[in-house]
Amino acid sequence: MKVRVLVRLKPGVLDPQGRAVHHALEGLGFAGVEDVRVGRLIELDVADDTDPAALTEMCEKLLANTVIENFTIETGEGGK
Amino acid sequence: MGFRAAVITFPGSNCDRDMAVALEAVSGQPAIRVWHGDADLPDRLDLIALPGGFSYGDYLRSGAMAAMSPIMRAVVAAAERGVPVLGVCNGFQVLTEARLLPGALMRNAGQRFICRTVKLTVENTDSLFTAGFTAGEALHIPVAHHDGNYFADSETLDRLEAEGRIAFRYAEPVNGSARDIAGVLSENGRVLGMMPHPERAIEPAAVTALGGADGRRLFENILSALASA
Repeated sequence: MKVRVLVRLKPGVLDPQGRAVHHALEGLGFAGVEDVRVGRLIELDVADDTDPAALTEMCEKLLANTVIENFTIETGEGGK
Repeated sequence: MGFRAAVITFPGSNCDRDMAVALEAVSGQPAIRVWHGDADLPDRLDLIALPGGFSYGDYLRSGAMAAMSPIMRAVVAAAERGVPVLGVCNGFQVLTEARLLPGALMRNAGQRFICRTVKLTVENTDSLFTAGFTAGEALHIPVAHHDGNYFADSETLDRLEAEGRIAFRYAEPVNGSARDIAGVLSENGRVLGMMPHPERAIEPAAVTALGGADGRRLFENILSALASA
């Protein structure tokens, strides 16, 4: 089973990378970009009977740092 | 009995030797070198030092992989028993990832790697690491990091301030750190994480090219605290 974990900085946590990318986009002449936040996509291939709770635990223990990041887990069709 | 300090080496640590040299220079006792894959620490340790570097190539997040290594289970258990732990730079990142210290170290606000001597202000003078300093005193210690931008939510920051757990602040903004925090203590004051490198500032003050000697005093503080304990 394919699983996609999206890790994003929590709202309110400043994202220096996103800000630099934002500036670069403006430098390239793209107008109207309001904000840029850089996150991380982690694709896992796990056994079909993997317990969703185990996926959550993987995120909390390692894949995301919940001090600064939120995560969402997509499985099945969304996870493709 | 001699001072027993262990220096942990992770794949990608690069300040482990400097840390061992500093500990030996100050204590006269060779530091015990411990590999990240070891499951156990030597017994009767007076100090565990987590050195700077780029453990596991900073994969995922700085310090995240090292925090999961076998030896860190032993380090967490030792810290819970009250064994002093000093984490410098990447070692500080590992301590936050292992949840021995609150908060996280994010990419520097200016995106750049910063490598220079910075001025710090001593905030805490109660811990075994800081008891020899004077409150408000200025220290000059080098930093060398890309991810030193300390973040914690405002409740946590308020709690750290109220409990006197901010060990050092940058005297002026360096990397975007919340409230200019450069070093943080655990609740019991026996775990210190700091971005500046005291082990790079152990030579006599006259040799300023080598970072001065303010870092040496931190190690001397540890020794005197243990001697009087």
